[in-house]
Amino acid sequence: MSNETKKNAEVIVVTSGKGGVGKTTTSAAFSSGLAEQGYRTVVIDFDVGLRNLDLIMGCERRVVYDFINVIQGEATLNQALIKDKRFDNLYILPASQTRDKEALDKDAVGRIIDELKKDFDYIVCDSPAGIESGALMALYYADHAIVVTNPEVSSVRDSDRILGILSSRSKRAEEGRDRIKEFLLITRYSPSRVAKGEMLSVKDVQEILSVPLLGVIPESKAVLKASNEGVPVILNKDSDAGQAYEDCVKRFLGKEIPMRFTEKVGFFQRLFGAATE
Amino acid sequence: MSIFDLFRKQQKQAPNTAAIAKERLQIIVAHSRGKNEPLDFMGKLQLELIEVISRYVKIDKDQVRVALERNDERSVLELNITLPDA
Repeated sequence: MSNETKKNAEVIVVTSGKGGVGKTTTSAAFSSGLAEQGYRTVVIDFDVGLRNLDLIMGCERRVVYDFINVIQGEATLNQALIKDKRFDNLYILPASQTRDKEALDKDAVGRIIDELKKDFDYIVCDSPAGIESGALMALYYADHAIVVTNPEVSSVRDSDRILGILSSRSKRAEEGRDRIKEFLLITRYSPSRVAKGEMLSVKDVQEILSVPLLGVIPESKAVLKASNEGVPVILNKDSDAGQAYEDCVKRFLGKEIPMRFTEKVGFFQRLFGAATE
Repeated sequence: MSIFDLFRKQQKQAPNTAAIAKERLQIIVAHSRGKNEPLDFMGKLQLELIEVISRYVKIDKDQVRVALERNDERSVLELNITLPDA
């Protein structure tokens, strides 16, 4: 890869505290979106022991070596990186399925991230759920954090907890540098349930967490379909979730894009607008 | 009362559970952000209080209660020591 037009590499952690809120879906969508926008991107699965990013990215049958193999010197970084089949500027570093999270050594992870920074513009770290070593390692080197939150009490509380950890236990915090840039991403949002008073609204969640909003991903059948097929949902250009993720990527890159899919959809809009299926 | 009122009434009665969720979250989040590690010192405080008080009065360790109660406006630290019968 040529380094002529290389921007300063940035590390993005996709985190949440709570499990099952859409971290891996978001990591897959976001990294594909960044690659699509022309950035050299690598996405790392930090969920050692429970790897899934490879499935969501559709490269599970091409995994030979993993992150832990590289950390322990059993494989080189280039051997472990899997080239995405859709974008040639996107790579996946899978997690180990057989080791445990304790195998992630802070210094070794740091060395690998430094090495990746030479070749990539964005390093996306897909955090495991929880607040234990795997999750702490995923956020330690981050410059940006995407906090994935469902409009639901336990997810919002866990996000608040993770925000506290981001501001105290990251490398930036330890070194007293500028804090990690945090973004809120609300997923599985259902505007019709919000209208009925059954679900926390975007405004509610934002008021509670007070973090800038990156975007809102509507509850969508397209997400399960995408994971069934191993194609990141952002590539389904006809789907609401795919379009919402694309907006998020563009917002992250500094474009001003109005929020979509946050209001209840009327009958005619449903007929002519984006498909939710 | 017309038949339409019935429908209207029913709609109004649907409880706004989102509002309840929001209120509950605002309270716990405000508390967890309010102070650094809010309750971590309580155990140590209790031990040290017992130590200081025992220098002057003979007390039963189980007869010392420390409680911190917090609401939106203020926090109350309650110390309850039962002295042994003289």
